[in-house]
Amino acid sequence: MSSARRLSASGKAAALVLAIMGLVVIVGPLLLPGSYSLPSPLTYAAPSTAHPCGTDLNGRDLLLRIMEGGRISLLVGLCGAAISLFIGTAYGLVAGSSGAGTDNAMMRAVDILYSVPRLIFILVFINAFNERLQLAASHHGWDWLVGSSRLVILILSLGIIEWLTMARIVRGQTLTLRERSYVAAARVLGVGYWTILLRHILPNLAGIILVYLTLAIPSVIIDEAFLSFLGLGVQAPQSSWGSLLAEGAASINPLKGAWGLILFPALALLTTLLALYSLGDAMRRKIGAKGD
Amino acid sequence: MLRRLASLPVVLVCVVTITFFLIRLSPGGPFDSERKLPAAIEKQLLAKYKLDGPIVTQYTSYLKDLLHGDLRLSTKYRNRSVNEILAQTLPVTLTLGVTALLIAITIGIWLGAFAAARPGTLAEFGALAVMLLAISLPSFVLGPLLILIFSIKLAWLPVGGWGTPAQLLLPSLTLALPYAAVIARLLHDSLRETLLEDFVRTARAKGLSERVVVYRHALRVAILPVVSYLGPLTANLLTGSIVVETIFHIPGAGGFFVNSILNRDGFLLGGVVIVYCVLLMLFNLLVDLSYRFLDRRIRA
Repeated sequence: MSSARRLSASGKAAALVLAIMGLVVIVGPLLLPGSYSLPSPLTYAAPSTAHPCGTDLNGRDLLLRIMEGGRISLLVGLCGAAISLFIGTAYGLVAGSSGAGTDNAMMRAVDILYSVPRLIFILVFINAFNERLQLAASHHGWDWLVGSSRLVILILSLGIIEWLTMARIVRGQTLTLRERSYVAAARVLGVGYWTILLRHILPNLAGIILVYLTLAIPSVIIDEAFLSFLGLGVQAPQSSWGSLLAEGAASINPLKGAWGLILFPALALLTTLLALYSLGDAMRRKIGAKGD
Repeated sequence: MLRRLASLPVVLVCVVTITFFLIRLSPGGPFDSERKLPAAIEKQLLAKYKLDGPIVTQYTSYLKDLLHGDLRLSTKYRNRSVNEILAQTLPVTLTLGVTALLIAITIGIWLGAFAAARPGTLAEFGALAVMLLAISLPSFVLGPLLILIFSIKLAWLPVGGWGTPAQLLLPSLTLALPYAAVIARLLHDSLRETLLEDFVRTARAKGLSERVVVYRHALRVAILPVVSYLGPLTANLLTGSIVVETIFHIPGAGGFFVNSILNRDGFLLGGVVIVYCVLLMLFNLLVDLSYRFLDRRIRA
């Protein structure tokens, strides 16, 4: 194994940063005192040893809120990317393995979707279906869904819009893979269409799918933060990095020194995105794939 | 090309249909509030805004109005038509968007070419690091940070508002920088590859200066991926301007879009979506044309 085949140092560092971020976000809130999540008279406090990131406008500890928001942001990122991976892979496989006519039509559709404002449709979609889902959930007595119906819809809809790049890449790879001699051999032996796709082509796509999964997660996280920033994504009492940033931006003014409310959520988001992009880049170099 | 032109109306009808049914089929009408309106008044309101009758009739009559260029009335901003609201706000959004587009292209091409012309140096590494950082700074992070630094700490630029060039500077930078970085990376990757090609070696062998080789010969070929990125880029800029308008309190169409969702203001929402889509499709057509012009090898 040559050194070029191994993950670069920056890739390893990025993976480490992500692991730490994940751990802090999951374990961190359990280590802080329970009173930190409650409103207190200590509002807009500057960072101190008791509150490393200061407190927000209701006197809640900002570090705790950032960690809890991180749970939501990362959860949405992972689940949304997983859904987009599923759709994109399926779409790309079918397009790449069907004839030129179907392939052309399917890829033309992807081109069109690329250049419509998808997030805008998704906003309309989320608001159209959120109440409906909430009604259905309370009707059937699914209490867990009533509180987080918006989160579920958010994850689903972000997965629905972020699959385009994955579909393009998978389709391109499928086109080359299906000309390989082992696929031809399988076809000659009478192996069925779906078996060839799932047994012979899909396993060879695993590497490139993993790379683009790493790059899809930050896109979904950014989309989620975008929606939450506008107040149309995650809703209180839940929060995400996007909604924390929105709160921070709303409390900017020259009189109060509440700069921490923007700076710390921004740093959390920036670190995560930077690490994910670096990891994706490093993995792409490792498998020698070209960017699109 | 003709086929592409013919597909425009089809896509547009799809957009209109999806938007209309998403809005109309969501529970809760535009006139639902804490206090229930008397039935007679609600009926009159629905009739005035053409929201009565079976959904299919509503849909066909909406299509008919759209064909006449009538985007109908806003249900929230009473007595104002969607056409009126868009006529006032769209120029603002477009000014912001076009400025950001120009900034993104200028900075992106310059930075990308700068990095690619210096392979293996510290300068290239630094430029790539800057690009990665800028890509990871979406506008809703960058905007508040820029305000914090330039408007509040240094007090060089206004915090928000609209009308003066100084008020345009921060918002358009906020909107443009992440995409400038994307363009720079695209150009860097493609220029690095192009610089290895035979015609570049020939140009160098002729004794042309490195400047001429990179900017005159190689850039013309390497720019193609950037040109095809312009379509998605404008879609992103238009979406991104919603958030930038919110951050900097700019009276553009984006703010009305967000409010129309919250207020269930269906026709305003539909109007913004439709106008955005038409703009994007026209722009994409333009991009396609210029792509063909730039690369004569593409025939379709």
